[in-house]
Amino acid sequence: MTKDSHALDIEGLPVNRQTSVYVYEAPVRIWHWVNAAAILVLCVTGYFIGSPPPSVGQHEAYNQFIFGYIRFAHFAAGMILTVGFLGRAYWAVIGNHHARQLFYLPVWDGHWWREVLFEIRWYLFLEREPKKYVGHNPLAQLAMFFFITLGVGFMIVTGLALYAEGAGQGSIFDDLFGWVIALVGNTQRLHTLHHLGMWWILIFMIVHIYVAIREDIMSRQSIVSTMISGHRTFKDDRPD
Amino acid sequence: MSQIETFYEVMRRQGITRRSFMKYCSLTAAALGLGPSFVPKIAHAMETKPRTPVIWIHGLECTCCSESFIRSAHPLAKDVVLSMISLDYDDTLMAAAGHAAEAALQDTIEKYKGNYILAVEGNPPLNEDGMYCIIGGKPFVEQLRHAAEHAKAIISWGACASYGCVQAAAPNPTRATPVHKVILDKPIIKVPGCPPIAEVMTGVITYMLTFDRMPTLDRQGRPAMFYSQRIHDKCYRRPHFDAGQFVETWDDEGARKGFCLYKMGCKGPTTYNACSTVRWNEGVSFPIQSGHGCIGCSEDGFWDQGSFYDRLTNIKQFGVEANADQVGMAAAGVVGGAVAVHAAVSALKRAQKKTQDKVEG
Repeated sequence: MTKDSHALDIEGLPVNRQTSVYVYEAPVRIWHWVNAAAILVLCVTGYFIGSPPPSVGQHEAYNQFIFGYIRFAHFAAGMILTVGFLGRAYWAVIGNHHARQLFYLPVWDGHWWREVLFEIRWYLFLEREPKKYVGHNPLAQLAMFFFITLGVGFMIVTGLALYAEGAGQGSIFDDLFGWVIALVGNTQRLHTLHHLGMWWILIFMIVHIYVAIREDIMSRQSIVSTMISGHRTFKDDRPD
Repeated sequence: MSQIETFYEVMRRQGITRRSFMKYCSLTAAALGLGPSFVPKIAHAMETKPRTPVIWIHGLECTCCSESFIRSAHPLAKDVVLSMISLDYDDTLMAAAGHAAEAALQDTIEKYKGNYILAVEGNPPLNEDGMYCIIGGKPFVEQLRHAAEHAKAIISWGACASYGCVQAAAPNPTRATPVHKVILDKPIIKVPGCPPIAEVMTGVITYMLTFDRMPTLDRQGRPAMFYSQRIHDKCYRRPHFDAGQFVETWDDEGARKGFCLYKMGCKGPTTYNACSTVRWNEGVSFPIQSGHGCIGCSEDGFWDQGSFYDRLTNIKQFGVEANADQVGMAAAGVVGGAVAVHAAVSALKRAQKKTQDKVEG
């Protein structure tokens, strides 16, 4: 039997042979890759905004706009990330239940916690064989929630607050996110927090890509191709 | 109250001509961002309104706010506003001293109850019952509370009164505390800066005296007319920032050509003040114009944001001084290393399992 991170999944699935399940709907997959591209652009340009590349050109300043373009790319990618995040949250409401996994943790569910423990044991090489999961495994769900939902959410809020500084008081960004500036007092702190957030997401990227490839090889189900085709395939017919 | 002189009377008594008075009114209107139609309104208010008494008290501070104030580019601001203030109470500038000075303070409070503006320079230290700052034999915090009780409004002069400044920098041994955290029941205007620009100080006072109300404040309680934009937003070196032309070292070609000081740690992008528009010393210059980055002196806790010459703030919570990049790179290095080791062990395990499966199969 295949299992999601909680028992609900068992219902409605055939008991015996299960080779392919449609898990990630098109909007979820498109969001994943757009999000990945946006984060990549944001990390690179964001790093340069904190530590600018060496100065180029000794011409008049009006001849070039290099730092301006770097910042433009950062802001544009940030806006795409924000819209994508909102769209993804909307899809969590109207999409299938796998689409909801990112936005909550079933902390009240003892079974879910046991599965988290099982996954930790699997990654510590204490379990010989992994379990099958249709959606995210519980440990992955935990990581996604803290790194992507909270992490990206934090970056959007702090990022738009920093954007509000440039947009100016009275702008819509200032109306919506200016309270963050007042909360931290000195926006130098906000820059530091936003910068640390980049590393938080970068760490997730390292772990995420490694684990996705590792699971693709070592687990009993497809991982990488699932985020492209949307279908989860299983390598064996044994239960669980 | 009719026996109180108007501003205009005080000015004329100071030997100021009508012509100079009108110049002052138009300069003030311009500084406050008001149109020419406001000039007669300011003049009318100053001619007819009794002047508002001001009490100016000093806590833990360096007097740089007073020093800045008396150098205001408006000749009349320093002559008139200052003389009007010293008529009431300012222990640094007034002629009286000792018991006479304290008596003057008490007189002013009694006479203008609920009607005077309290200007606070510096802040009260709260540790050891406020014993780190004694004024007239009592802790300053008591004088502050006493004077604030019947004040109409409070002006927090400078970074000390607004945010705490250097005496409140970590670990803040005297527990120096900004005014708004001690006086909770009065309207407070923060005029931060170390010191604030003289024209900003006189502008704020003139606005309050003339219009008899508080200027519009931003979320942090600063007058929006002077603190709603960053130094960066109006910096004349901004085109070099957008072009990606930075000063890399203090003596390079970029420094000579006046490139952006961002890489030298300029805090202009995170500092709200009017330096890049009003400038200093009668509009002569401001730090960035003279080739040094902004140190962010009008921002909350600017002493605790690491070096003046770094963009990336030190994060002291990690025990050693590190910035966000060092912390992030260390964490990413550890995780990356762990991933590599984990991958190696995974490969071994898999090879082992395959062999076992073969044996079992």
